[in-house]
Amino acid sequence: MAQHDDHHEHGSELSETQLRVRALETVLTEKGYIDPAALDLIIEAYETKVGPHIGARIVAKAWHDPAFKRTLLDDGSKAVSALGHENRVGDHLVVVENTPALHNMVVCTLCSCYPWEVLGLPPVWYKSAPYRSRAVKDPRGVLADFGIKLPANTEIRVWDSTAETRFLVLPMRPAGTEGWSEERLTQLVTRDAMIGTGLAKRPEAVA
Amino acid sequence: MDGVHDMGGMDGFGKVEAEPNEPAFHAPWEGRVLAMQRAMGYAGAWPIDASRFAQERLPPQVYLTVSYYQRWTLAMERNVIERGYADADELSAGRALRRGKLIARKLSPDVVKQGMTRGSFYRQAQAAARFKPGDRVRTKNIHPMTHTRLPRYARGRLGAVERVHGCHAFPDAVAIDKGDNPQWLYTVVFEGKELWGPEADPTVKISIDAFEPYLDPA
Repeated sequence: MAQHDDHHEHGSELSETQLRVRALETVLTEKGYIDPAALDLIIEAYETKVGPHIGARIVAKAWHDPAFKRTLLDDGSKAVSALGHENRVGDHLVVVENTPALHNMVVCTLCSCYPWEVLGLPPVWYKSAPYRSRAVKDPRGVLADFGIKLPANTEIRVWDSTAETRFLVLPMRPAGTEGWSEERLTQLVTRDAMIGTGLAKRPEAVA
Repeated sequence: MDGVHDMGGMDGFGKVEAEPNEPAFHAPWEGRVLAMQRAMGYAGAWPIDASRFAQERLPPQVYLTVSYYQRWTLAMERNVIERGYADADELSAGRALRRGKLIARKLSPDVVKQGMTRGSFYRQAQAAARFKPGDRVRTKNIHPMTHTRLPRYARGRLGAVERVHGCHAFPDAVAIDKGDNPQWLYTVVFEGKELWGPEADPTVKISIDAFEPYLDPA
């Protein structure tokens, strides 16, 4: 779906939006509500600091450290906050584990709820009508759009993020990674694997 | 409200198409909108539920055709005007014509980190939780004209409580400035066939996070 195509195809709409956004920022700044220098820092953080690499470190640690995995699945917010990263997560992070018998997938059918603190901003497809409409009704079809085919008897669980709870999928650790360091394991963890529309990479893909 | 934002289970939107190497923002103005939303949230100007409700109130043909951050822009203009932070003539003029309202606090560069941490939605419980994991429940068949987080596809359906998430601010009340009205929050799981009929994939289960007022014992 072409949410982002608008920017390329309708130049006049884009410039109207640009003008409206500029007007908002000027008015809100002159009124004393916002500080453009703070906006710059927020944008910089989402462009350079907050992203799926944070979630990947959490997943790799859970693969590597069974005690951490237990606390992570028991209370995601508490386990991640205890890591003492500069990225503090809110109170409502829930981590759900994929197994050979169960595959988890996360969606927000009503808007775009997503675990920003550990995955960064959601991709356009996550916020798009095709994903929001189909994930709860035809998850295997959605997985096929991502080139993923699960065994027919694997149970699929779709988590619709309808409240302030945020879900992170703990993907299965790929076979053939025994003895890998936590650092090396992070390379296998993709954003989509942590949403549930993908799987962790195979070891040979990063060798 | 029964709007087009409530998309779960609708057909006809096509395939999910991922964009390789997608940037955080597709144009600089998108980042400005997102950051303004964060800053106004920090200022206590309006709750996130009011942002969502303002988007839901966009005409459906607008909601479906503008981009994600254009929706944010339109919703923000609405909250700014409706809540008296600026007037429509000021947004048209692109400059402030009157003094601003007092705000609780201002997001300055030195507190950006705090401003980017999500607040807690936990609230003091007003009563004991009515349900526990394993309880059978039926979601209510409600169609409020205002904001709700009970999606249409999951109304009037039989499910099971799986998790209890504590007591949270209730979006249906917060979005319309009726206070936090704290409510217990549960993960409720449904069999695919309960939502989509006997032909549904028997290996699929779907869960929503449901506030206690959405649920009856079953």
